[in-house]
Amino acid sequence: MRFSGLKVLTEGLTGNKGWGPHWRNPEPKPEYDIVLIGGGGHGLATAHYLAKEHGLTNVAVLEKGYLGGGNVGRNTTIVRANYMLPGNSEFYSHSLKLWEGLEEDLNYNVMHSQRGIINLVHSDGQRDAFVRRANSMCGQGDDGAMLDRAGVEKLLPFLDFEQTRFPIYGGLYHKRGGTARHDAVAWGFARSASDRGVDLIQQCEVTGIHVENGVVKGVQTTKGPIRAKKVGMVAAGRSSQVAAMAGMRLPIESHVLQAFVTEGLKPCIDHVITYGMGHFYISQSDKGGLVFGGDLDMYASYASRGNLPLVEHVAEAAMTLMPAIGKAKVLRSWGGVMDMSPDGSFIIDKTDIDGLFVNCGWCYGGFKATPASGHTFAHLLATGNPHPTTVRHRLDRFRTGRGIMDEEATGSQHNLH
Amino acid sequence: MRLRCPICGERDRREFYYQGAAVMLDRPAPDAGEAAWDNYLHLRENPAGDLEEVWSHDAGCGAWLKVTRNVSTHEIKSVELAREVKQ
Repeated sequence: MRFSGLKVLTEGLTGNKGWGPHWRNPEPKPEYDIVLIGGGGHGLATAHYLAKEHGLTNVAVLEKGYLGGGNVGRNTTIVRANYMLPGNSEFYSHSLKLWEGLEEDLNYNVMHSQRGIINLVHSDGQRDAFVRRANSMCGQGDDGAMLDRAGVEKLLPFLDFEQTRFPIYGGLYHKRGGTARHDAVAWGFARSASDRGVDLIQQCEVTGIHVENGVVKGVQTTKGPIRAKKVGMVAAGRSSQVAAMAGMRLPIESHVLQAFVTEGLKPCIDHVITYGMGHFYISQSDKGGLVFGGDLDMYASYASRGNLPLVEHVAEAAMTLMPAIGKAKVLRSWGGVMDMSPDGSFIIDKTDIDGLFVNCGWCYGGFKATPASGHTFAHLLATGNPHPTTVRHRLDRFRTGRGIMDEEATGSQHNLH
Repeated sequence: MRLRCPICGERDRREFYYQGAAVMLDRPAPDAGEAAWDNYLHLRENPAGDLEEVWSHDAGCGAWLKVTRNVSTHEIKSVELAREVKQ
């Protein structure tokens, strides 16, 4: 289905009865060249790039629920490329460039808004660390500029600069960062993949992965067995359960991350603001709701809801940073289940089983990676070799100790990121 | 969520620090080999049901606790002192 100004006008005048579905709803075929397990943002992006970049359309995406019903529909929509370490730096740079051309590529309005991200600075040490990060970002070819206090005040006059705990000294300004409409990203990739011939099969849960003599042969599903030459596991949030069907244990623990949105307000926050000292960040959606969140609940959880102590912590941080927020009413809160890896960086790699590939470990940063995750995973599935921006994101880096990407320098160990 | 510390009784979750999966109580021998250490440090079963884990009662008695908890419902199945489980 396509949109146009004329179509919106005529549908509006005729009762909106002429809109059709965005994608086909096929029954699974008995065999595909490639089966992707997981119809979230990353799985749908992988399908799009397999079809578009590699001409591979004998592909199925299997989704146990509905398309885009997992973390791509439960995040806080931030898009940025402000990483520092080799590996992550070039990958997220690649992703941001794909974002910048995504709407043309998909012919779909994903409402990508490069409104700028400001990471606030509260100490001399933090300023030094952010200067170093800004230099790394510029060295990668992206943008990062330091603001002094007056510079932040000009952009964000509503913050409490003289707060007693963490006075604001300045900020790291990443102008090309911003937000996007999360559901539209999933829908745009889905429509493109479906139009190019990929079968998107919903309500189809994978119940087993068929492996013979170390070679993957297909999957068992609630809609019957499906043979496949290659299988890609791209089910962040449930990665460990999917991998267990192939007899694998992943270096992943699952944690819950909460987010919140207020009632719709008139435009008041033009940027994305992060307040690292309070583990707090906030932006305003195009509908007007203030979207904000904090840290992990910090214990293993598959419950898509959080615990109250963290709600209290986030509310305290919000009130400390911008007391005006106390006037806004919180409309709802929710939780997403995060694949936490030991070093805080993701994994895109082959496995020890021939034809079986894994894409997991996105921690709490998978949304901004959606285009590049799909692009690089498609490259790996199609060619058998990692894309240049994911050569470091190996599954065995924890065992070997080579190529650990510990962005926060807290150690390559569970429960520290 | 509340945990019943065997020494202090039932306390708020905020008194406890989460250490991770209870696999950490079974430390391999120094010469056990790369695979055993990889299993111990990194690889996890990560079930969506009952999980054995270690918490420490930081803001209470300081004891390390082995807790069995359903990580989908947060139902606490048992809490034991880690030092007794180890012996």
